[in-house]
Amino acid sequence: MPDTSVMIRDTAKKLLDEKRVDLIIGFERGTLPLRSTPCFVRRSEETERLIWNASCENNLARYLRGRKEKVGIVAKGCDTRSIISLIKEKQVAREQLFIIGVPCHGMIDRRKIEARFDGKEILEADEETERLILKGSDFTEIVNKAEFLHNSCNICSYKNPVIYDILIGDRVEEEQGIDEYEEVKEFEAQPADKRWQSFTNEVSKCIRCYACRNACPLCYCQECFVDSPQPQWIGKTTNLSDTSIFHIVRAFHTAGRCVDCGACDRACPMGIDIRKLTKKIERDVKELFHYQAGVNLEDVPPLAAFSLDDPQQFIR
Amino acid sequence: MKEMKIVKSELASFLDSLTSEYKVFAPVKRDGFVAFQEIHSGGEALLDYVNSKKPPKEIFLPQSEVLFTYRLGGEGLGIEEPTFEDKPMVIFGIRPCDARSLVILDNIFNSQEYKDVYYTNKREKTSVIAIGCNQPSSTCFCTSLGGGPFSPEGSDLLLIDIDQEYVVQAVTDRGEKLVKKHSQFRQVKPRGLSLMQKVTQKAEALIKSKVETGKVKTKLDGMFEDPFWDWLHEKCLGCAVCTYLCPTCHCFDIADEATDRGGRRLRIWDTCAFPLFTLEASGVNPRPTNKERMRQRVMHKFKYFVDNHNVAACVGCGRCIKECPVNLDMRAVLNSILIR
Repeated sequence: MPDTSVMIRDTAKKLLDEKRVDLIIGFERGTLPLRSTPCFVRRSEETERLIWNASCENNLARYLRGRKEKVGIVAKGCDTRSIISLIKEKQVAREQLFIIGVPCHGMIDRRKIEARFDGKEILEADEETERLILKGSDFTEIVNKAEFLHNSCNICSYKNPVIYDILIGDRVEEEQGIDEYEEVKEFEAQPADKRWQSFTNEVSKCIRCYACRNACPLCYCQECFVDSPQPQWIGKTTNLSDTSIFHIVRAFHTAGRCVDCGACDRACPMGIDIRKLTKKIERDVKELFHYQAGVNLEDVPPLAAFSLDDPQQFIR
Repeated sequence: MKEMKIVKSELASFLDSLTSEYKVFAPVKRDGFVAFQEIHSGGEALLDYVNSKKPPKEIFLPQSEVLFTYRLGGEGLGIEEPTFEDKPMVIFGIRPCDARSLVILDNIFNSQEYKDVYYTNKREKTSVIAIGCNQPSSTCFCTSLGGGPFSPEGSDLLLIDIDQEYVVQAVTDRGEKLVKKHSQFRQVKPRGLSLMQKVTQKAEALIKSKVETGKVKTKLDGMFEDPFWDWLHEKCLGCAVCTYLCPTCHCFDIADEATDRGGRRLRIWDTCAFPLFTLEASGVNPRPTNKERMRQRVMHKFKYFVDNHNVAACVGCGRCIKECPVNLDMRAVLNSILIR
């Protein structure tokens, strides 16, 4: 079977040559070991830059909004779920997209690798199907990829793209019997003061860089509430009250929309467990409204739904 | 400059004696990463680390700082300015790149023309004790910016790790006084000096990233309207990771926090990455999109700052490279400017 990167390049080249798309959004080789970086290809000869590996961790759906041209996008399972959310919210038109779906085995969390090597720098990383060969200045170690995946990848049950126009390579077998809410349940089981403490421990690290918000495909308010100068809804400092409000309101704003792609977590330079809140809300939405974001184009999002049979009086 | 030495096992006692007289900041491990924090005993200082996640600039230019508080009372408006601590400060264990960044920041906050009282008050009473970098990281490119793993600029004392002891260089009079005052500093033997030579040469050779930043400035002089900026920003998320974690980025905003009868005025970090940056009261922003904001970041660091202060506003610490969520590598940006 040809290499996934080669198949992506061939597909991208064909799409550009046949003028079916004006732009391909994919990944290219990054400048550091275990890093790939988003890339934007408009010319057929530049498709050689495109690659695929276990460090294509960014959610490229984030780059779709506001484009006029026809776009080919390289998308893994979670990216396609975000695309579905964006289509439902009328932020991007299905017809505008050519989705190059890539089944995903999970993405590497380089911070877990950094922690494992306790500060020793990885200077070179070679990726095999199941293993990583990591080289530093005075060591070479082989590790299993599966042990160093992002938390969101460990509990993912949408490894295969949900919608696509072409699927690159073979489908991946979805994990069965994973309880994706195990951590949420543990969190819920704690008394309120413990939950508050664990939340404030996390957000006290926040430097208000908004990498979480800006990496999120669904955080696209024309003016984010934190940026409004008048009225100023929230203080500008990194005091706990200000950072807490930011994270709580942002999490609420993703209710019924978040697909748990983990982009916020991956972008955070301070290692804040941002998914702790969003995953909890995702679970609540699933239980209360029987809705999971981004799993098909048909289900109506709870915030956009209206029913005469609604059990709540106030809404009728 | 006369070299002395301090044996590693005596370092903690040196720091201990400093803590009685000074407020001592040193690298410690917190939340899984290294941060500069006040220590109360010498043993708390972490010695084996590459660099801190956040640069120590926040000791002088905190992310938010109260400029004054005000209150409307029976006698009218009362304004209260913050009181400054008298206790002198020491930053111990700062890396040479970050020590250099303080000299760069001085151009803005502690210059002949302008002295910012909030910054200057802390800066002038602070002694800087740097530890050179025996193991620079692959993202370090300090030697391209006029620094180096053992650059003394910005330090009062520079320590060079030669295994069991540090060779100590007194860079300034202030450093010299510290050495004289503390009994832990001793004469260094010729063997120590030759070890120091070896260590420094080895570390300098480890820095493989090279960018001809002098030529970048010449290029940038004619690049304001270049189509280069049309695509450079394309993958940038517009977050503040690179600027907030940068030891030389210093743009700030003023914010008021008002209650019904009083409030406080704050200085807070700003960043060219945000849409609010240079947004005018009229609603007009001369930098309306990511394109202009990214151009501002590069131009400010490598052209405007050089025009104004004859030095680039970058020390090559590599934090922006390591932490960028989309791997937008400043070295790659500079190299692509060079081939324009």
